Amino acid sequence: MTLDTLRLTAEEAKGLLERREVSGAELRAAYREAIDTRNEELNCFLTLVDADENDGVPIALKDVISTKGVRTTAGSKILDEYVPVFDSTVADRCKAAGLQLLGKTNTDEFAMGSSTENSAYGPTRNPWDPERVPGGSGGGSAAAVSAGLAAWALGSDTGGSIKQPSALCGNVGLRPTYGTVSRYGIVAFASSLDQVGPVTKTVRDNALLYGIISGRDDRDSTTVEVPAVELPEAEDLKGLRVGVPRELNQAEGIEPGVAESVRRAIDLCAELGAQVGECELPRSVEYGLACYYLIAPAEASSNLARYDGVRYGLRVPADSYHELVARTRDAGFGDEPKRRIMLGTYALSAGYYEAYYGQAQKVRTVIAREFESAFESFDVLMSPTSPTVAFKIGEKSGNPLAMYLTDVLTIPPNMAGLPGLSIPCGLSEGLPVGLQLIGPQFSENTLFRAGHALERAIGFDTVPERLR
Amino acid sequence: MAEWESVIGLEIHVQLKTRTKMFCGCEAGFGGEPNTRTCPVCLAFPGALPVPNATAVEWTIKLGHALNCRIAEHAVFHRKNYFYPDNPKGYQISQYDEPLCLDGSFVVPAEDGDSVVGIVRAHLEEDAAKTVHVGGATGRIVGAAHSNVDFNRGGTPLVEIVTRPDIRSAEQAKRFLQLLRQTIVELGISDAEMEKGTLRADANVSVRQVGETGYRTRSELKNMNSFNHIARGIDAELRRQIETWESGREVVQETLDYEVKSDTVTPRRRKEEADDYRYFPEPDLVPLAPQRDLVERLHGELPELPGARIRRFEEQYGLSYYDAEVLNGSAALAALYEQVALDGVDAKAVSNVLMNEFSATGVDPATVNGAELGKVIAARATIPREAFMRALAESGDPEFRSETYLGETLVGDRSELEPLVDRILAGNPGQVEAYRGGKEGLLGFFVGQVMKETGGKADPRIVNELLRDKLSA
Amino acid sequence: MAITREDVLHVAALAQLELSEQEIARLTEQLGDILEAVGKVSELDLSDVPPTSHPLSVVNVFRPDEPRPCLPLEDVFANAPERDGDHFRVPPTGVAEESSA
Ligand SMILES: [Mg+2]
Ligand SMILES: [Zn+2]
Repeated sequence: MTLDTLRLTAEEAKGLLERREVSGAELRAAYREAIDTRNEELNCFLTLVDADENDGVPIALKDVISTKGVRTTAGSKILDEYVPVFDSTVADRCKAAGLQLLGKTNTDEFAMGSSTENSAYGPTRNPWDPERVPGGSGGGSAAAVSAGLAAWALGSDTGGSIKQPSALCGNVGLRPTYGTVSRYGIVAFASSLDQVGPVTKTVRDNALLYGIISGRDDRDSTTVEVPAVELPEAEDLKGLRVGVPRELNQAEGIEPGVAESVRRAIDLCAELGAQVGECELPRSVEYGLACYYLIAPAEASSNLARYDGVRYGLRVPADSYHELVARTRDAGFGDEPKRRIMLGTYALSAGYYEAYYGQAQKVRTVIAREFESAFESFDVLMSPTSPTVAFKIGEKSGNPLAMYLTDVLTIPPNMAGLPGLSIPCGLSEGLPVGLQLIGPQFSENTLFRAGHALERAIGFDTVPERLR
Repeated sequence: MAEWESVIGLEIHVQLKTRTKMFCGCEAGFGGEPNTRTCPVCLAFPGALPVPNATAVEWTIKLGHALNCRIAEHAVFHRKNYFYPDNPKGYQISQYDEPLCLDGSFVVPAEDGDSVVGIVRAHLEEDAAKTVHVGGATGRIVGAAHSNVDFNRGGTPLVEIVTRPDIRSAEQAKRFLQLLRQTIVELGISDAEMEKGTLRADANVSVRQVGETGYRTRSELKNMNSFNHIARGIDAELRRQIETWESGREVVQETLDYEVKSDTVTPRRRKEEADDYRYFPEPDLVPLAPQRDLVERLHGELPELPGARIRRFEEQYGLSYYDAEVLNGSAALAALYEQVALDGVDAKAVSNVLMNEFSATGVDPATVNGAELGKVIAARATIPREAFMRALAESGDPEFRSETYLGETLVGDRSELEPLVDRILAGNPGQVEAYRGGKEGLLGFFVGQVMKETGGKADPRIVNELLRDKLSA
Repeated sequence: MAITREDVLHVAALAQLELSEQEIARLTEQLGDILEAVGKVSELDLSDVPPTSHPLSVVNVFRPDEPRPCLPLEDVFANAPERDGDHFRVPPTGVAEESSA
């Protein structure tokens, strides 16, 4: 049987395996062949796994997800040779579900970035146009799914690192409600924001994978019990109240083609039976980015303090402990982690805490309250996921502030711990446009239902045109 | 010149004796080959996350109750950021502006009344790992060739207690710590042994002139590993500060080590930025909101604490402060005392026996059957001294029964003792002459000789009578 | 908010990063720009708003005080850059200051 990994969904692959129409080894071989053909150009994988004890649907994991015995670099030179001696909970749950691991995917260093250009192992390229970025930080996972190099993948999302690359590569990406997926074994970026989630070709695939990885974990005390995941069936949106936050849809920098695609998708909602109305999130959008770029770097500056060259990772020899640490960190971290460590350290330091970190935490409360009040009238809010389609490699890499702006639409809900689903809703300039669906905490089933109905109605072809 | 007054506050770290560490399931406590009690969490491997130990939280609340603290309705773990090889995450999980226990007081009874030491806070945190400095010319930290890190201790739960600067002398500081230690041990939450480092104390020391209301610059005194060293260290620092002020110089804020050998304090070398810990709420943990019924239950579980027990002993048994304090040196000794004294045996006699002869035996009071020992103490005047001492020495034996000793009677027959007394007087003519010349204190010498000859079995009352009769004849 | 070279050096020392001259210059400029942008948060008067440090309203999550297996030594040291017997080896700290915890 010839397997077209570009088109095969995880659900279909699962069916083939269950009906014994294909073996796990055959499936693996098909993906390995696709990898052999296209990974050299795209640079999706940092580490490939040649054999696995499991024979289920093949999966790729973002390289911030610890995998026992398999190198986990977080895209950083400081962890170049690091091989975890324990599995993260999500890797463990994937194993328990029989999924076979294909390899570890490229990421911006420590998941810090929006283009995967900050990886110490070179950028990943967008399967729709290799001159362009796949988004980030989970560009490796998104590009791999998009190019048929994995049936599905896991990413991690702090400011938009699942949603935004999924949008730019034409995939379905879920950033789940904070606390629904264990962070145990995930190389931490910003603990109060990090959340692992599925990157897939379809919404149903996404719900399937979310069902595997979600749920309370006694090794992560910030996880909670999660409502049972429902595989979406319905093709209408009857009874659903869809809110269109003005600021998220009219933010400066949203490309006309993106706005247009999203507008059409929202119109479709009404045709599918949803009630559509406008709403406001005045301060969430205006202050969200600033809030994020204080809180995330502050937490990161502390989370990255463990990379000291003592127990694992790179070590630059020196005559004294403090010299060793400072030199190791200088040599091991790239520009973006250094920039964020410096920013975060500054924001927490004596005399500045109240004005920066303390104030940002209050803004976080304001954002949460604004969303809460929007959800009194609406079940789902919609907006573009990214203001732009995939941009050119190098276009923004010299300007950190311009790069930070690419997350302006994904950050506000993240600050409030809300789930967000990005589904492809069309093309602009031949490149995918993502629609962001935001719900209240623990409303993943609603997002899946809405996403699935829209996905059917839109009929987006997830296979990059140049690979068809 | 006006008189100087000492202003002393203490910072105490108590290692809890939970089975496991504060944030991971590794076994806590002593023992274990280096680094065998470690896991991804306490080694700070990438992605590992802390999960708080329920028992450690409950014990901290219990200790908070013992310190008369308010138990916070909402408490938060913070990260304290700094780099050191014994601090693997680059931050210590501690508590900052929302500790579990706050605003308490601890009453330290003394002969001349109670002193009350205010407690600012008691919070929960994790201990650092152990760094062993190896090689180098001096074998000390500075100049060591390298350091070796053992993470077994890293992550053990610690309660940090901070007092108000209410302590006015080194002696008072020592007494406070002794009673605090005793209280902690009796709560059953820590062995609190300074030699083992499960109890550690630093002192914040300053002086001011009597009548001054503000505080002058204080120094922080560390590296003292016994109650006596703490008292001596504080005294040395008080002397140094007074001398500094009196010679017209200023005391500067610094951290000092007490050097026992030279009885002096020396400043520590510090990193310039060491003080900016960049505390912020630990995002890997959710807040603590101790439920009120739990807080009350833990309060109800408090035993009578040693400070209160000392005062009760004074009152209930008519004991001196000194006796009450010595008897409360351990909960077991105090319990044994009460068991015996409540059995109708004269309270003062019991305290004398327990504090002196009994304590000298080294028998663990917890193992003693008080009712049986009480019978022996009650009969101490009518049984041979030797049998009495043997009874005390054997009182910890599970088979210990008073009858064994009470059966041994004294030789009280005058006709049996008289020849022996005569023989002793005849054998010591010099002493007899001296006695008759007015040195009546020699009576004890003669009694002792008789007792020696009879193996302690002679009735001392009869021996005294006989001796007096014969010597005055 | 202007950030000076001294600020950058101070923060780099706190963060234990030995930066090159080039990095110091670049970061002084970039951090200044970023801080100006994120300093926007102080425009808002939020004196009555409580801070949020965690997106979930969960409290009191604990673990029973029951031992779990520790790592075997081979795993403890699997990634260690330098090992001395069963210890992690580091160069001297040179500062007579230990964590007092
Ligand atoms: Mg402390
Ligand atoms: Zn551990």
